[in-house]
Amino acid sequence: MSNTTVRRLVRTTAVVGALALGVTACGSSDGDGGGGGGGASSGLTPADVEAALEEGGTLTVWSWEATLPAAAEAFMDEHPNVKVNVVNAGTNKDQYTALQNAISAGSGVPDVAQIEYYALGQFVLSGALTELGSLGADQLDGTFSPGPWNAVQSGDGIYALPTDSGPMALFYNKTVFDEHGIEVPTTWDGYVEAARALHEADPGVYITNDIGEGGAATSMIWQAGGRPYTVDGTDISIDFSDEGSTAYTEVWQQLLDEDLLAPINSWTDEWYQGLGDGSIATLATGAWMPPNFESGVPGAAGDWRVAPLPQWEEGANVSAENGGSSMAIPSAGKNQALAYAFVEYLNVGDGVQVRTDAGAFPATTADLNSEEFLNVEFPYFGGQKANEIFAESAANVGAGWSYLPYQVYANSIFNDTAGQAYISNTTLADGLKAWQDASIAYGKEQGFTVTE
Amino acid sequence: MTTLSPPQGTGRAGRSGPARVPRKQRDRRSWTGWGFIGPFMAVFALVFLAPIGYSIYLSLFRDQLVGGSTFVGFENYQRAFEDPQFWSALGRVSLFLAVQVPIMLFLALLVALALDSGRLYGANFFRISIFLPYAVPAVVATIMWSFMYGSRFGLIGNINDAFGVSIPDPLSPDLILAAIGNIVTWEFIGYNMLIFYSALRVIPHSLYEAAEIDGAGQLRVITAIKLPAIRGALVIATIFSIIGSFQLFNEPSILQKLAPNAITTYFTPNLYTYSLSFTGQQHNYAATVAIIMGLFTMVIAYAVQLRGMRKEA
Repeated sequence: MSNTTVRRLVRTTAVVGALALGVTACGSSDGDGGGGGGGASSGLTPADVEAALEEGGTLTVWSWEATLPAAAEAFMDEHPNVKVNVVNAGTNKDQYTALQNAISAGSGVPDVAQIEYYALGQFVLSGALTELGSLGADQLDGTFSPGPWNAVQSGDGIYALPTDSGPMALFYNKTVFDEHGIEVPTTWDGYVEAARALHEADPGVYITNDIGEGGAATSMIWQAGGRPYTVDGTDISIDFSDEGSTAYTEVWQQLLDEDLLAPINSWTDEWYQGLGDGSIATLATGAWMPPNFESGVPGAAGDWRVAPLPQWEEGANVSAENGGSSMAIPSAGKNQALAYAFVEYLNVGDGVQVRTDAGAFPATTADLNSEEFLNVEFPYFGGQKANEIFAESAANVGAGWSYLPYQVYANSIFNDTAGQAYISNTTLADGLKAWQDASIAYGKEQGFTVTE
Repeated sequence: MTTLSPPQGTGRAGRSGPARVPRKQRDRRSWTGWGFIGPFMAVFALVFLAPIGYSIYLSLFRDQLVGGSTFVGFENYQRAFEDPQFWSALGRVSLFLAVQVPIMLFLALLVALALDSGRLYGANFFRISIFLPYAVPAVVATIMWSFMYGSRFGLIGNINDAFGVSIPDPLSPDLILAAIGNIVTWEFIGYNMLIFYSALRVIPHSLYEAAEIDGAGQLRVITAIKLPAIRGALVIATIFSIIGSFQLFNEPSILQKLAPNAITTYFTPNLYTYSLSFTGQQHNYAATVAIIMGLFTMVIAYAVQLRGMRKEA
């Protein structure tokens, strides 16, 4: 017995030692050019940013955005003494978990992290992000679309720069629709009918995939005019019984009841296969999607097209945002001045063009309104000028939406609550109510003042 | 431990271990001993005691997004005992324990007995193939199985297409626990088989010869000699399996991506702790749940050990 204990102990010690070494290695690779000040308000100035660029160094960037590696290459070409390591630390919530862990642990924190708008609140609230105003972000008023620009601000501070935005559109597989002679729907009621027609024509075809996802549900409710969350500092109210939410549950409940949704989780292998082989016929999602199509579903090039998002009322023209990311600089990052130089390049500087060329959807108004941008033809979408549709959608995003300051957590329990409607007799409306209750309970626990 | 010690009556049972070394000069307060044990104690305290102490410390506080950290005494423990999600998680792993562990151990025992019987052709190949899944990391194994479980593009889907049948989806809420049980069984049969097999190997051959002279059949040899002789190994394997069941995490955590509605964030106690801590940032409550689970596991494992060992004596 004692023998094995000792052996196990030796092994554990070896592992701990190896881990410690790993951590040290990560720490030292971060470089230390420029000012390495901590705390939420950096006190760094644009001059520090210049100096950091002169000096060079290494940056670690956590991002799952498909066009980022190209932009990082371009940045390194321009600044040969800076090395940018782009690390894919997981897509959205997986990365937030990793980031939260790194921040709590105080080691392994990246210099720059991609954070979607809905998730910023949580990180800002806990003081995990550097305030960028003094670094030069306070000069950027009017540079970005109002939606994303508002989303990166909290109180008087600017905590990230908008990288892309996600005005929604309907991506559809034209080949599948043509094959069965079905019209592309313009309303959500029409969407349900198209779902029935498609599934009847070929039982292997589903209108879309959905197994319950908080982000998708809230975007739909947003477009339908629902405003379930109101946030005023730490005063919060959550109410999923308004008209918009009801409109959403009524339509979606039909799709659920008639098994018209492919039970496939997004971003899985099955999902990519479904998008490629025509069994998933549409995706209502953000304008950041095209590069993901190109990299993830290369086989279906030419099949897909983009249409405006179906409307809740015939003839209306309202849109919503889904996803959309910003680049933030964690306070625990080592080289904030240099990090800002990269973030600025990526979101305001020449990096925008590099990323737009690769198919990204920018958040900068100048690029969004430029003829060049609007006239881009997407070979993947059969030469369609998809940006026109995205830009139109961006201009019609419903106003006054806000997310919870703990939306990441709220979305993580969506499947525990509302998701049950996908696998049991619970209705979606009841599911949303359960989600509301659980979100309220968590808010109260965390010290927010919550009303229903 | 007594796991590998030969059964009573072989004349070697008395030398059960170095536990009873006489402690001479106990009263002289010599610190030389501490010099020897010091390095061990330092590492032991650092990697075993300190984390436990820190968890207990954490469990006495509550850290809020708004308001920061406050001392709350045993409030977290009280909350855990009233938390339906915690109890449902505990209930789920208990059910898993009650069903999966007996099946797995029975199969492992069967394989070990078959190997030990010496009547198997290609026994070495058989042994290594059954042990092989244990060498596959649990994460990889689960990903592999999740491909097979896929009812659209996976093995299940292929079988459905090829034979025109419709096998129920193993990732549906009703079957997900069984699907996980299947993966765990596949992974750990080999490991348990090896424990049983090595215990069987140390049974002295003279016993079998004696049994043969007495005219005992194979079944009789198994029930009268082999099983009693490896009781210790059975108890140990059971305890390991109990601990493993209560700590179920890898398999549901990976399958969650495919079946997020069936595998909730509080599917098993460990998964619940993970969600609380890493997505909910409720480190304090997570520590509380972890400590309660630790105590719970200890009590059950100890009870099994007491029961198992008492009969042996």
